[in-house]
Amino acid sequence: MAASILHRITGDGLAIVGALGLVWWLVAAASGPEYYDYFLGWAGSPIGYFIMIGLSWAFFQHLFSGLRHFVLDTGAGYELTGNRKWSLIVFALAILATAALWLWIFAGKL
Amino acid sequence: MGNGTSIGRVRGLGSAKSGTHHWIVQRFTAVGNLLLVLWLLFSILQMPGLDYASVTAWLAQPLVAVPMMLMLVSVFWHLKLGLQVLIEDYVHDDGLKFFAVLILNFYAIGGAALGIFAIAKIAFTGGAAA
Repeated sequence: MAASILHRITGDGLAIVGALGLVWWLVAAASGPEYYDYFLGWAGSPIGYFIMIGLSWAFFQHLFSGLRHFVLDTGAGYELTGNRKWSLIVFALAILATAALWLWIFAGKL
Repeated sequence: MGNGTSIGRVRGLGSAKSGTHHWIVQRFTAVGNLLLVLWLLFSILQMPGLDYASVTAWLAQPLVAVPMMLMLVSVFWHLKLGLQVLIEDYVHDDGLKFFAVLILNFYAIGGAALGIFAIAKIAFTGGAAA
């Protein structure tokens, strides 16, 4: 239940905020150095990091949840205990992957 | 009614009217996104920096520009299909649903076109703008 609605919520967030951010980055890079620096000012701000960390979690949650859906598509994994176990594993993997990603990024900056 | 198989009597009566092709393409683009977005993520992590010169020089390479373009197609196609299901599930007024799917199509095709154009510009001008 929670896994299913989170798949939809993270998908919507990625579809709107994530896709617009990606296109903004590319258009900024195509618009010349001054505008690109303006973009970097936003991306490197606390709000920018907050949004990017949130998007990265949404990405990993949607990715692992999507892999779970591939298994469910085959007709497997509907037993109550197994279904619950795998949705909890998906939550844990998404949080671990997000933490690992940002540890990598921030550790590289130290 | 009365003739045909049970599946034949209900086919096309769901909220979306049809869907097998939609469903399959949603899975194809999901695999595309899985491969291409992870590739982008690991590429960004290995770049020397995200400054203008590094990013444009990186994007100008053929083996970067093409996967990036394919990623935009896969991502925007996938999000178009996903948001369409959201609209079909929650918007029940036919006129409003039509309008919402119309706006979604403009967003998905326009966003992909803008991203692809940006990459093409960087690739064809070698990133040496200004």
